Amino acid sequence: MATTASFIIVSRNDIPIYEAEVGSATKREDAAQLHQFVLHAALDIVQDLAWTTSAMFLKNIDRFNDLVVSVYVTAGHTRLMLLHDSRNDDGIKSFFQEVHELYIKVNFLQLGCSVHVLVFHLSIVEKN
Amino acid sequence: MIGASKIKQYSNVLEKPLSKGKQEVSLSAFAFLFSELVQYNQTQVDNIAELERRLEDAGYAVGARCLELLCHREKCVMFMPFWLSQGNRRETRLLGILSFVHSTVWKVLFGKVADSLEKGTEHEDEYMISEKELLVNRFISIPKDMGTFNCGAFVAGIVRGVLDSAGFPAVVTAHFVPMEGQQRPRTTILIKFAEEVLRREARLG
Repeated sequence: MATTASFIIVSRNDIPIYEAEVGSATKREDAAQLHQFVLHAALDIVQDLAWTTSAMFLKNIDRFNDLVVSVYVTAGHTRLMLLHDSRNDDGIKSFFQEVHELYIKVNFLQLGCSVHVLVFHLSIVEKN
Repeated sequence: MIGASKIKQYSNVLEKPLSKGKQEVSLSAFAFLFSELVQYNQTQVDNIAELERRLEDAGYAVGARCLELLCHREKCVMFMPFWLSQGNRRETRLLGILSFVHSTVWKVLFGKVADSLEKGTEHEDEYMISEKELLVNRFISIPKDMGTFNCGAFVAGIVRGVLDSAGFPAVVTAHFVPMEGQQRPRTTILIKFAEEVLRREARLG
């Protein structure tokens, strides 16, 4: 199953603290930069949307070609942003919740630091 | 391993579950730790304002982490319709975050909800959380020459950390308020929200 996904964790002060690319389809060289660009462009939308609802999971807030941006906003306004082809929402939601738990644990060590240990969790996206 | 313990040892701190676990911490241990914190900072600074700022910064770190953890643990919400799955909720409104601080945060940190939450009468952006006797102040007496210094600055820092991380920047300070008929003064945490918070609240309606 060919999937492409790009995942970024952006802190409250708009600093990316974690980035990861996952994909089994053949990638072009500039695909990674393109994905980052799309995700950063979606930040404005998230900022406005985050105050209109008290839900944490915001799905399909932006589209680019056939890729869709979904965002999960935590209580401390840290945004977990995922760029993916539109697939099952439940898998994406549970992925976000697992990352959220990991993020809380890492947050205790240092506020807003970079996180390297989440790499293995992207295998969940592959399964979905 | 000598003396096999009943607690499962986790090799990786990230594998430890986020559940509540043991909820109680020894009060004397905390009081001892807190007094050491105050004394250590006292040796580092030469004026009261600096000492208060340091205590506040220490509290800020606690508050920021507290917010994330407590929001995650709080699974059930009163007004949630039954068809919504176990979604966690963020606080987006002023009164929501204030009552979160007043009830949930206080209950987890001090074992009881705060005594009162009031809105300031003179200014629109001021709110006060009052407590008859702050837990952190219970074993502390302030000498006369320190004037209006209040170790509740640590708690003020915690509140500021929670509010700031949730997107409600505010200036939070702790004050002693003398009460007639009582020997020890009441402690009030004064919260003054920034302009942008009020503007956003007005916009959200």
